[in-house]
Amino acid sequence: MLNKGAKLSDKILTDEVEKKPTRDGFGLGSIDAGKKDERVVVLSADLAESVRAEWFQKEFPDRYIEVGVAEQNLATVAAGLANYGKIPFFTSYAAFSPGRNWEQIRTTIALNNVPAKVCGMHAGVQTGPDGATHQMLEDIALMRAMPNMIVVVPADSEEGRKATYEAAFNGKPTYLRFGREKMPVMTTADTPFQIGKAYYLWKSEKPQVAIIGCGPLLYEALLAATQLEKEGISVSVLNSHTVKPLDADLIYQVAVEAGAVVTVEEHQVIGGLGGAVAECLAKRAPTPIEFIGMQNEFGQTGTAAELIKHYKLDAAAIVEASKRVIKRK
Amino acid sequence: MAYLTEEKVQELQRLACAIRETTIRSLVASGENGTNGHTAGPLGMADVFAVLYFHTLNHDPKNPDWDERDRLILSHGHITPVRYAAMAHAGYFPIEECMTLRHFGSRLQGHPERHFLPGIETTSGPLGSGLSQAGGIAYGARMDGKKFRVICLMSDGEQQEGNIWEAAMFVAKNRLTNLTALLDRNNIQISGNTEDVMPLEPLADKYKAFGWHVMEIDGHNIEEIADAFEEAKAIQEKPTVIVANTIPGKGVKTIENDYKWHGMPPKSEQLGTFLAELHSACGVNH
Repeated sequence: MLNKGAKLSDKILTDEVEKKPTRDGFGLGSIDAGKKDERVVVLSADLAESVRAEWFQKEFPDRYIEVGVAEQNLATVAAGLANYGKIPFFTSYAAFSPGRNWEQIRTTIALNNVPAKVCGMHAGVQTGPDGATHQMLEDIALMRAMPNMIVVVPADSEEGRKATYEAAFNGKPTYLRFGREKMPVMTTADTPFQIGKAYYLWKSEKPQVAIIGCGPLLYEALLAATQLEKEGISVSVLNSHTVKPLDADLIYQVAVEAGAVVTVEEHQVIGGLGGAVAECLAKRAPTPIEFIGMQNEFGQTGTAAELIKHYKLDAAAIVEASKRVIKRK
Repeated sequence: MAYLTEEKVQELQRLACAIRETTIRSLVASGENGTNGHTAGPLGMADVFAVLYFHTLNHDPKNPDWDERDRLILSHGHITPVRYAAMAHAGYFPIEECMTLRHFGSRLQGHPERHFLPGIETTSGPLGSGLSQAGGIAYGARMDGKKFRVICLMSDGEQQEGNIWEAAMFVAKNRLTNLTALLDRNNIQISGNTEDVMPLEPLADKYKAFGWHVMEIDGHNIEEIADAFEEAKAIQEKPTVIVANTIPGKGVKTIENDYKWHGMPPKSEQLGTFLAELHSACGVNH
């Protein structure tokens, strides 16, 4: 059943569930952080409206910086600002930042170890009709491999707000991943959130499978949990919003408890959350794992619903993966 | 305009020679630990570094993190041996430490690392990203009304990077006149002469077209270097780039103007000859 301790939305798993894009959370969180600390600045590369940097710009016009269509400059100007003492959030589509400017992020932010925040929007296949060029599916791998970099994938807009606010004050290079489409708002202002700490969305007494996910697909994971429990299969669902540093202790605990794991993410199965979980469990408690994600292929044009069905990222696919992995125990 | 006394010019010339000698000695010492290292670029920029560390920069070697210090951003990190030598002569650390260049455990990393050595503002080496970092620092400093200046040194080869021109637009758009760029125009890059590898000319016109004020100087003339940095402070309409024409390997005849010395350190058996050539060029009698 839903974890009461997580204080989730009372409309969750109903038709009335509120839907917002996670990028809205960035807009709100950056304003919250900007009010708290005047060192916070936001940069955009000609996408202020769609990345929600415009919200910050309206509130703090003097602390908004437009760099034009120039993602390498976006990252390196932000690096300079952070080097000087500002707290810059730099925004673009994830396909371009960190997609295009990876080396600049590596050298001038991660190796320099300055607290610039990489905010990648329109990540995941649910970016939809824009097609494969804009559906970033390799960004978690790119950023996770980089020393000093924190990687956070908010599950919904509310978590996006909290992650943005917390990242402003963590003093570290941080990657925040957001999506374009309106997605169910699962969490509330009261849901506990801390970078590096995973938590249960769904908890059972004796789970037969643990679903560990990040990002908006966690809603599909909850729909899958509902279905599985109807069929008499008990499940736990963990929101592992921080991919790096992974909450290894809790992941170890849920994996040992269930003896089987399904990872869920809107990213290539190579190098993302699934990879991180596999690395963790291979060391501490080898466990059968099924990986929900893009299976080494690019996306295509379509609606979010069409695409998650086609690429087997939806609740039905998670149910099937759960049954498969239980058989492998 | 002349801002320097004759005595000061001579002192800076002597210091430039001393910095060259330390640079060569450190490169030979680093060569004991491998065959990589850069010689031509560092020697070509010794005069600029002498002027910066002993005249232009507002800095305190004993307090490298001083908030109000001028920020010297070295975009082409591979010429760092000359920066290390200049810093050592300026009192940031003992000159002997230069001989640890590129050795395991040294603060003098092969390419400069901010977290290894106080006084290094940015980690650099991958080309093309210094000007935009300098732009970010200058932008932030201006937001806070800070008075310090940002100086960004760039190579000519890295003008082939797209990031440079993104930065050139950004700095010009925002009229970051608290930033001065100096372009080390030595005409060589690792695999050949710049105009053969990928032509850059007309370089000055390119910067003019991008909205910059451009000065061209002899990068080995102490007075011209000092005057250019001073004059750039007074220009408020546009950011300034100083195109400094330099001779790669300057001071050592065997090395001068030969692109093969871009990425090669001298061998220990060459040390005597090269120092003799340097001393002769500097007018030092031994």
